Amino acid sequence: MANQEAPRKGFADALIRLGEKHDNLVVLDADCAKSNMTNLYKNRFPERFFNIGISECDLVGTAAGMAVAGKVPFANAYANFLTGRAFDQMRISVCYSNNNVKIVGHNAGTSAAQEGATHLPLEDISLMRSLPRMTVIVPADAVEMEKAVEAAYYHEGPIYLRVGKLPVPIVTKKEEPFKIGKAIKYREGSDITIISTGIMLDESLKAAGELEKQGVSAELLHIHTIKPIDKEAIIASAAKTKHVITVEEHSIIGGLGSAVAEVLSENQPAKLRRIGTNDRFGVSGKMDELLDLFELRAHRIISTANELLGHRVTS
Amino acid sequence: MDFSKEKGEFYNNLTKTIRRHIVKMTNHAGSGHPGGSLSATELMSVLFFEHMNVDPDNPDWQDRDCFFLSKGHCTPVFYSVLAEKGFFPVEELMTFRDVDGRLHGHPCGEHIPGVDISSGSLGQGLSVANGVGLIAKLDGSNRRSYCMIGDGELQEGQVWEAAMTTAHYNLDNVCAIIDWNKIQLDDFVENVKGVKNLGDKFRAFGWHVVEIDGHDIHAVNEAYKEAKRTKGRPTAILAHTVKGKGVSFMEDTHDWHGMAPNDEQLEIALKELA
Repeated sequence: MANQEAPRKGFADALIRLGEKHDNLVVLDADCAKSNMTNLYKNRFPERFFNIGISECDLVGTAAGMAVAGKVPFANAYANFLTGRAFDQMRISVCYSNNNVKIVGHNAGTSAAQEGATHLPLEDISLMRSLPRMTVIVPADAVEMEKAVEAAYYHEGPIYLRVGKLPVPIVTKKEEPFKIGKAIKYREGSDITIISTGIMLDESLKAAGELEKQGVSAELLHIHTIKPIDKEAIIASAAKTKHVITVEEHSIIGGLGSAVAEVLSENQPAKLRRIGTNDRFGVSGKMDELLDLFELRAHRIISTANELLGHRVTS
Repeated sequence: MDFSKEKGEFYNNLTKTIRRHIVKMTNHAGSGHPGGSLSATELMSVLFFEHMNVDPDNPDWQDRDCFFLSKGHCTPVFYSVLAEKGFFPVEELMTFRDVDGRLHGHPCGEHIPGVDISSGSLGQGLSVANGVGLIAKLDGSNRRSYCMIGDGELQEGQVWEAAMTTAHYNLDNVCAIIDWNKIQLDDFVENVKGVKNLGDKFRAFGWHVVEIDGHDIHAVNEAYKEAKRTKGRPTAILAHTVKGKGVSFMEDTHDWHGMAPNDEQLEIALKELA
């Protein structure tokens, strides 16, 4: 089994490294510091950590004020509450005011697992993508998370960063360059393009490998930045393969699938299938069980690819 | 202590000038919010001309005092005070709400000198003021952070989330000014959702409370001084005001919350404010 690590650990490690270098990095949390691992930052830099309590709207507004005062605040809370409750604060106090605030949505996707539907953010990317000026980053694993946190700090402007709680396989490499807005091509292929975001890179890699064995040449693009999206990479790949599948641990409405559909339909129409959660809420379950339930698995990518290509599938 | 005779005269003239701007700007635009601007005129004038440590020539100066207009619709008074203070030319006031201007209906922090944050969605200002207050403490800076909130706006839950934060962190560098004009868009505040016992509410949250007549320039000045003197906790200035103050037909009615005077009404208003 591949080496595993919780994305939140990569987040916390990177934050502390940046905190050592930069006095202006301040961290806020909404009473989830233990869960979000921002308590590690708090232990290291107690004077630069602020627990704002269970009040996400106040959290985001306070972070905006800190940005006005010249700091680079990272505002942390569970993604579902943060993006749902504090959307308007992000819209006015952060994005419209063009304040340099980093919004960190924790417990990404299915990673709050047995907490159930209230705690499973499956709409956060959609919400954040709609905000003018907001950059939306969804890393694949703890290694890429560290690079994303660093890029977020140095980027001037609002960022939404999606961070998962539970350990997932490390599939990216430390030495791989990370640039906001730039897709990473994990496999070259000619028959079909698989576009993944977040932890779905792992299942997408497995699916591409299996498809190759079946004689299907799959290209794999990893999109860590959903906004601004790498249009050129998507258009170039779709021009070649004419068939595209998107895979995300998020609703198919408004997230990666929608973003890719927008690019393709206006620039390079291609046959498209979106894999994600289908306009539904989550349930309680182990993360693996939830990924099975939502069919966010390689076998679904493979069967979808074959269906899209018009191949007869023997099961 | 009262202002000197000269100072008193200065503020009488200034507040009249600002009230004239308010009715002229809203008349120019054919829309806007004169009622809550006229009620806040003394509070804003004395704050910016007597207490705010700002430099109109260097509006983003790092150690400046900050002001956040949480009741963001009251741009007529805010822009007028900023222009009179020298942040931008007074003539620009007559571009209020123009599509090719920068003086939007609600303030845009990015484009207007002296505006520290965009606002217009009620309830957000005090959180932002706290952010500045917390960083001032962290940096050992003496800068102060002011936030003006409407009384109807106190119905927004975020105000009270923020009020807990200010008190919890003992932010004595944060001052909230409540423009308690008793009227909101639809009706009297007490008829919509009352904010009775406001002093007790803030005191219960851990704030120092000063209750004043918000049109008495001397009392307003003393309240800001008291807020500066008060250590260890934040100060809320509860300012009793009259919505539409200074223009007889705009006073004490919700009709002029968000309506502009026509040319005839403007003429009457300007006569009253001569």
